[in-house]
Amino acid sequence: MPLLQIKDLSVTFDGDDGTVHAVNNLSLSIDKGQTLGIVGESGSGKSQTAFSIMGLLAKNGRTDGSILFDGQEILGASTKVLNTLRARRIAMIFQDPMTSLNPYMRISEQMTEVLTLHNGMSKRDALTECTRMLDAVKIPAAKERIRLYPHEFSGGMRQRVMIAMSLLCKPDLLIADEPTTALDVTVQAQIMDLLSDLQREFGMATILITHDLGVVAGFCEQVLVMYGGRVMEQAPTDPLFAQPSHPYTRGLLAAVPRVDDDDAIMKSIPGNPPNMADPPEGCPFRPRCTFAGEDCRTMPPLALFAGDRARACRRPIEELTA
Amino acid sequence: MFSYILKRIAIAIPTLLVLIVISFVLMHAAPGGPFTAERELPPEVMANLNAKYGLDDPLWKQIGTYVWNIVSAFDFGPSFVYKDRTVNEIIAQGFPITLTYGLISFVLAVLVGVTLGVAAAIRHNSMLDYIAVGMSIGAQVLPNFVMAPILVLVFTLWLGWLPGGGWQGPEYWILPVIALSTSFMASIARITRSSMLEVLTSNHIRTARAKGLPERRVILRHALKPAMLPVISYLGPAFVAMITGSVVVDIYFSTGGIGKAFVDSALNRDYAVMMGVTILVGALTIFFNLVVDILYGWIDPKIRY
Amino acid sequence: MVSTRENTVSAQALPAKGRSPWADARRRFFRNKAAMMGLVILVFVALFAIFGGYAAQWSNEELDYNVMGQVAELGGPSFETGHYFGTDDLGRDLFARTVQGTQISLAVGVVGAIIACVVGTLYGATAGYAGGRIDGLMMRLVDIFMAVPYMFVLILLLVMYGRSITILFVGIGLISWMEMARIVRGQTLSLKGREFVEAARATGVAAPVIILRHIVPNLMGVIAVYVTLLVPLMILTESFISFLGLGIQEPLTSLGALISEGAGTIAYGTTWQLGFPLLFFCLTLFGFFFVGDGLRDALDPKDR
Repeated sequence: MPLLQIKDLSVTFDGDDGTVHAVNNLSLSIDKGQTLGIVGESGSGKSQTAFSIMGLLAKNGRTDGSILFDGQEILGASTKVLNTLRARRIAMIFQDPMTSLNPYMRISEQMTEVLTLHNGMSKRDALTECTRMLDAVKIPAAKERIRLYPHEFSGGMRQRVMIAMSLLCKPDLLIADEPTTALDVTVQAQIMDLLSDLQREFGMATILITHDLGVVAGFCEQVLVMYGGRVMEQAPTDPLFAQPSHPYTRGLLAAVPRVDDDDAIMKSIPGNPPNMADPPEGCPFRPRCTFAGEDCRTMPPLALFAGDRARACRRPIEELTA
Repeated sequence: MFSYILKRIAIAIPTLLVLIVISFVLMHAAPGGPFTAERELPPEVMANLNAKYGLDDPLWKQIGTYVWNIVSAFDFGPSFVYKDRTVNEIIAQGFPITLTYGLISFVLAVLVGVTLGVAAAIRHNSMLDYIAVGMSIGAQVLPNFVMAPILVLVFTLWLGWLPGGGWQGPEYWILPVIALSTSFMASIARITRSSMLEVLTSNHIRTARAKGLPERRVILRHALKPAMLPVISYLGPAFVAMITGSVVVDIYFSTGGIGKAFVDSALNRDYAVMMGVTILVGALTIFFNLVVDILYGWIDPKIRY
Repeated sequence: MVSTRENTVSAQALPAKGRSPWADARRRFFRNKAAMMGLVILVFVALFAIFGGYAAQWSNEELDYNVMGQVAELGGPSFETGHYFGTDDLGRDLFARTVQGTQISLAVGVVGAIIACVVGTLYGATAGYAGGRIDGLMMRLVDIFMAVPYMFVLILLLVMYGRSITILFVGIGLISWMEMARIVRGQTLSLKGREFVEAARATGVAAPVIILRHIVPNLMGVIAVYVTLLVPLMILTESFISFLGLGIQEPLTSLGALISEGAGTIAYGTTWQLGFPLLFFCLTLFGFFFVGDGLRDALDPKDR
C-alpha cells in the first residue's frame, strides 16, 4: 500500500470572477521513503494540492476526489482527525520563512509546543530535544539562539528553523512547498543539501514542490509536471530529463539555464499561464503549444507508456524531439 | 525594553510641557487679556492672581511660575470666578466621580469589544458575525450625546427602571457607563474583528495549523497577540475620546463629575479652571499613551530596542 | 482586511485584464450595496437641506402663538398646523429648523474636512518629501499634537475668542489634520522613489512644484477616501460642542444643537423634538460612513 495516494483530486475556489479550477483530476501516489517532485509555474495548482493534503485550503475552497494516507481517507476529514496526523505523520515546510514563523513568539515556544502537545513531553525535555534538532539543521549556537525571535534570524536560518520544527515528531511524509524560492541563490543550495541529508537520515517520504527543475534533478526520484491544474507528465527523474515526453516539459527544460553548454540558448515559453477562472478548452497548454492541433481541444488522457511513465499528450514523442 | 520605556518617557515629558505652555500662551493671547476679563474680578482674587502669576512679570517668567507651581506642588492656582475656591478644590471634587464611571466604561468597552470581535472573526459570515457587524455600524452613529437622551427616554421615562441622573449609588452608574462605552465597544469590536480576520489568513497561522495545534490554541496563543496590536493603537485615541465624552455624561446625567466643572467654567470664562482641567486631561492622555506604547513594545518584539 | 477569497485568487496569478484602476474602482464602488445605500441616503439628506426650505410652511424664526405654552399638547407633528415635524419648545417650526440645522451641520462637516485635508496633505507631503531630520521633527510634532485633548483646547479657543461660527469651522478643521498628515506622509514616502518623481527632480523642478504637481495628484484616491470619512467626524465634533451649548449660537442652529434642545425637553413628552433631528443626524453619518467605506474598499482594496 502506498503511503499517500491521491485519486482524481479536484480543487475549486468560488471567487468574484467566477469559479477558479485550481486542480483538476490529479492522481499521484508516493511510497514510504520515496521522493517526489511536483513541478510547475505559479498557478499550476501544485501548492493547492499540498494544502489539500494538509487540510489547509482557504475556506472558499472545495475539493472532490480522494486522498488516502496510510489507507485512511483524509480529504474533507475534520480538523480533529487531521490534527492527529499533522506534525506527527505529515509535516509541511512553507515557501516564505520570513512570514511562516510567528513573529511574536520565541523560537523555543514555537518549537516546544509541538512536542509538548503531540508527544506529551515536559517543557524541559522538549526544549532539549528542540535544541538538538536545531543542531541537526546546523544552526550555530542553537542553545542560545533558540531563545530568540524569528526576526533575529536570517532568511536561510529561519528556513532551517522551519525544517527543524517540521521534523520534530519524525513524520512519515514531509511536504516542502517551494522551500528555497524566497532565499538567496547561495543559501538555496545549502538548504537543499540539508534537506537531502535529512531525508536520507530520517528516511521520510518527501514531496518537493518547486518551479525549478534544477532543484528537482538533484533531489527527487519521481517527477510530476503540472500545468493549469492538470498533470502533464509523470516519470522517474532521469528519463524525464533525458527525454521529456510533453511539449510543456520540453519548454521548461529549455528554459533552465545550463552551465555545461555555453552555446545553448535559454528559451522562455511564449505566452502566459492560463486564467484558471476561464481555462482554455481541452489541454490547458494548447494556446502556448507549438505542436497543438484541433484534437487538443479535448483533454488528452494521462496515458502510461514505457512501463513507469505517463503523459497527457497525443503527439508522438518522436515528433516532439524532432 | 528598559531603554525603550525611558525613551518613551523622554518624549512624554516635553509633550506635557508643550501642552502647558501652549494653553498658557493661548490664554494670554485671548482678546482683552485673560486676567482683565470684561467683568470686574473680586479684589481678593485679583490680588491672588497677581501673587500667583506675577502678572507684571514678563511672559516667560509667568509661564515659568505657572509650570513650576504645577510640577512642584500640583497647584493650578485660584479660580478666577469663585474667590474662595482653588482650581485644585474644584478638580478634586469632580475628578473621582469621572474616574469611577470612566474606568468602568473603559474596561467594559475593551472586554466586551475584544470578545465580540474575536467571536465574530472566528465565526466569520455567521449570524453572530452579522449581528456584531450590524451593531458596530449602528453604534458608530450613536455617540454618547445621542445615547444619553435615548437611554434616559427608554429606561427612565418609559420603563422607569433606572435613575436618569444623580450620583448616589451603583444604580446611578449604569446609564452613564452604557452611554459612554457603547460607541467605543463597537469600534473595538470592529477593529478586533477585522484585524483578527487578517491575522487568521497570515502565513504563520497556517504554520500553526500545519503543526496540528487545536483551533483554540491557534487562536489564543498564535492569533490573539498580533490581532491586538491595532486595538492597542486605538486605545490611545479612544481614551482621549472617552474623557471628552465624559463631559457630555457629566452634564446630561448630573453626575457632578469634572466635565460639569469644565463646561461651567467655559460658560463663566473661568480660564484658570479650564486650563487646569485641560492640562490634567492632557497629562492623563500622555500617561495613558505611555502605557499603550509600553504594552505595544511588550507584544511586538521587533520594537524592543 | 484581506478576505480569504482574495488570497486564493491572487495566489492563482490571474493575468491582468487591462482595466484602468479608476474604472476598476468605479466598478467595485457601484457593486457595493452598502455604499450605494449610503449614496442614496446622502442625496436624500442633501436634497432635504437644499430644497426642504421651500416645502416648509413656516420660517425657522417665526413663533407659532397658537401652540406657545402648550407645545406638548398642540406642538406635535401635524399636517394641519403645517408643522410637519412639530414645533420646538418655543413654538418655532421644527421642520424649518431641522432643514437649517442640516444645512449648517453639512457645511461644518464639509468645510472642516476640506481644511483638515488641505493642511494635512500639505504637511504630510512636505514631511514625506523632505525626509530625514525634517521629516522626523515634523512627525514628532504630529505625535505631540495627537496627545492634546483637542476638544478641550477647541472649547478653550471658542470661549477665549468668542463663539463665532468662523472659529468653529476653522477650529474643527485645524484639530483634525494630523491623521491625514500621517497617511499622506506614508504615501509620499513610497511615491518619492518612483521614476516620474525622480525624473522631475533630475530635471531641476523645485520641491514645492514637485509636491503640488506630481505627488499630491497621485494621492487623490487616498485623499478622497479620507475626506469622505472625515466629514462625519467633523459633524460629530460640531454636534458634540453644540450639544454642550458651546457651539452654534441662536438664531443659527445645527443638528447637535437641536438634539441638545430635544434631549433637554424629553421629560415633558415632546419626543419629536429629539427624534427628528436625531433621525437626520444618524442618516447623515450613516451616509458618509457607508460611502467612505465603499470608496476605501474600491480605491484601496488591500487596506480592508
